[in-house]
Amino acid sequence: MTHQSAIWVYLSASPLFGLALTLICYLLAVKIYHKGHGNPLLNPVALSVLMIVMVLSLFDISYQSYFSGAQFIHFLLGPATVALAIPLYFQLGKLKKVWIPLSFALVLGISFSGFSAYYIAQFLGASEQTMLSLIPKSVTAPVAMGISEKNGGLPTLTAVFVVITGVIGAVVGGWVFKVFRIEDDSVKGVAMGVTAHGLGTARSFQISPQMGAFAGLAMALSASVSALILPLVLSLIQKT
Amino acid sequence: MPFLTMMTILLVYQLVGELIVLSLDLPVPGPVVGMLLLLLSLMIKNPFAVQLEVSTGFLLSHLSLLFIPAGVGVMVHLVRLQQEWLAISIALIVSTVLGLLVTAWSMMAICKLLNWKKAQS
Repeated sequence: MTHQSAIWVYLSASPLFGLALTLICYLLAVKIYHKGHGNPLLNPVALSVLMIVMVLSLFDISYQSYFSGAQFIHFLLGPATVALAIPLYFQLGKLKKVWIPLSFALVLGISFSGFSAYYIAQFLGASEQTMLSLIPKSVTAPVAMGISEKNGGLPTLTAVFVVITGVIGAVVGGWVFKVFRIEDDSVKGVAMGVTAHGLGTARSFQISPQMGAFAGLAMALSASVSALILPLVLSLIQKT
Repeated sequence: MPFLTMMTILLVYQLVGELIVLSLDLPVPGPVVGMLLLLLSLMIKNPFAVQLEVSTGFLLSHLSLLFIPAGVGVMVHLVRLQQEWLAISIALIVSTVLGLLVTAWSMMAICKLLNWKKAQS
């Protein structure tokens, strides 16, 4: 083995590599996204994942050795979830005004997005584990992975579904609201937050600050409500 | 607020959340309990709410970055995704559109119902 390739083997297995690769690809993806005038099809997360997967398979690096570095970013999902209490706190005034319609929308939206995916997948012949992993796909990643594990799904598969769902929501959201003539920013925000979690919220903030605030609010509430109702609904279904 | 103070506060709340979940065997993930505890503490007394808002702005504005390592996990599940790609993609797309519509419509319907009741009384 030459000296250079020995260095490369060492570096590609060290945490530094996965960490740096993730940040570089993210910054690059954000740049491309802005160059494309915020076209939702150029979603930064989808672009970054694509770039990273390409680099990893090109150099034959396993997900495990990539994740030994990327875990430091992944870990921040926990404190970021705790930090959602802060925007929530500043929106409490608005929340008090709309809490009745909001709670109905939350419970219906959460159950519908999760279990419509479950039944569609069942109808199209997906495996049991795929179906179970699909249920929490609209909830923000750390919470969704927790729910998936408790339900008997695969947490890492759920994480992939969560990211894909977020990208789909960010891409189709604006179009769905236009076609079905949904115009109220607070309603649109809640729908994005409940269905497409953090990625829907990021997209909503680009459309209007009010829509973003409601999306963030709905996402944070949905994270706590989903953890309670999704396992409950599932156990009711499995009993019958 | 310094970065270190903010991270310490967030991590302590997360840790307490995890401890509560583990000891009471709750069906909720630890960070969510941590979030609710932080919200509760801010509602009781908010000496650092504004400072926390400024310092956590960085973390929350790059929320999408935090999803990337999990998204790359798609590599591990390539075989399953290849076998079930049609069912998975239709389930994800249709349920996302349905989820958006059901959430928006139910919220608008209840708003209308409440206004209608107000007009009646």
